[in-house]
Parts: sequence; C-alpha cells; structure tokens
Amino acid sequence: MKNGNVGIVIVSHSADVARGTADMVRQMVGNSVPLAWCGGTKDGRLGTSIEAISAAIEAAWSDRGVAILVDLGGAETNSEMAVEMLSDARRDRVVVCNAPIVEGAVMAATEASAGSPLDQVRRTAEELRGA
Amino acid sequence: MSKRANGSVVVRHEVGMHARPSVKLTQLAKSFDARIDLGPSPEGPWVDAKSIVKVMRTKTPRDAVLHFRAEGEDAESAVRALIELIERDFEMEPSQEDKQ
Repeated sequence: MKNGNVGIVIVSHSADVARGTADMVRQMVGNSVPLAWCGGTKDGRLGTSIEAISAAIEAAWSDRGVAILVDLGGAETNSEMAVEMLSDARRDRVVVCNAPIVEGAVMAATEASAGSPLDQVRRTAEELRGA
Repeated sequence: MSKRANGSVVVRHEVGMHARPSVKLTQLAKSFDARIDLGPSPEGPWVDAKSIVKVMRTKTPRDAVLHFRAEGEDAESAVRALIELIERDFEMEPSQEDKQ
C-alpha cells in the first residue's frame, strides 16, 4: 500500500450503507487508499456518533489528509464536531465533502489513489454536484 | 519541445465505459505526466482523461470508438497504455482487490 495518499472516511446512519460503500471503494478503486467507515449505533439502530467518527478518522489517517463522505444531517454535523475535536495539527487536514456518499466516496478515492492533494480530492467528489 | 500522440480503440466491454472501467482508465491516465484527452471522434469534443467525473459522464457505450490525444514527454506511451487497457477489457478479471 502507498502511504502517501489522502485517506477516505465514510459516515452513514446505517452500518450497511457505510460498509457497502466501503466495499465499492475497495473493489472499484483498490487498496492504495487508507479507508475507514462507521455507521449505526452499537445496538444496531440507525445513527452516527462522534466517537465512532473520530475512531474512523484515526484509522484512515494520512499525513496528506482525510476526506469524509457523509449521508444525512447528523452525519454531517457529527463529522464536523469530530473534526473540531482534532488536534490543531490535524484539524486543517480533514474536510467534510459536500457530495453524495456513495458516488462521492468512489470519486474521491479514485482521485486519492493517484496521489492527488486533499483539496483536489474534495473538488473531484464535489464536481459531481455540477452534473 | 513537447511530443504529441493520437490513437483510437473500440470499446468492447459489455457495458461500455461505466463506473469501474472509468476508474481504471482514469487511474492509468493519471500515472502519466502527459496531458491526455479522450473523445468520441478525432475532432473531439475532448474531455480530460484524468478526470474521473468527466470520463464517467461521457457514458461511452459498447462498440463506440474512443479517441485519445496526448501531449507531453510520455504522450506516446500513455496513449499506447490506455488503448491496451481497453483492449484487455480493463483487466476486469479478478485482480488484487479481490484478495484483501
């Protein structure tokens, strides 16, 4: 695995959606991008948690940065709070992308797999919105 | 002085240039320094072969001819590699990502 690529974090309310999205990234893009996902509550209901998102950011950490893809409402606000709680050194290297979760994750990972910087990874995920 | 190269290939993949082929093509294109465009005819319209969103948006169907043009030191090898990828049907047989 290349170490120098931007990492991708997938945050859904549903563990199934998050895991399935991660499967798509792995199978379509490959293993060259650090990838982590979280979704659902510990007892199997829908939900997101700052704690789980923080752990996922840690798991997918790259010094090149981490791009987070989210689904609805709480996934976004909890992701933003998880980013806020990062150390000063890391906070500026994590972005929440304004893109659909599945398509955005595949686009972002494809861009990241080529060694692109975080800003370009985010732009590629968000480029979908102009379609 | 920068070098130029052109080439074309028929897309035989059963579904055309959909998601997975587009990802593979973009990843390969990005491994070259040359500027690489692809389009449906020798006159374009051209899109950046290194842009996954733009490549996927072409929705190139099966049996369509895909044209490449490249400019840069490695333009020739870039066009050759991209055409070979498509001729190999995007290496869609089980590959390293199925062994995780």
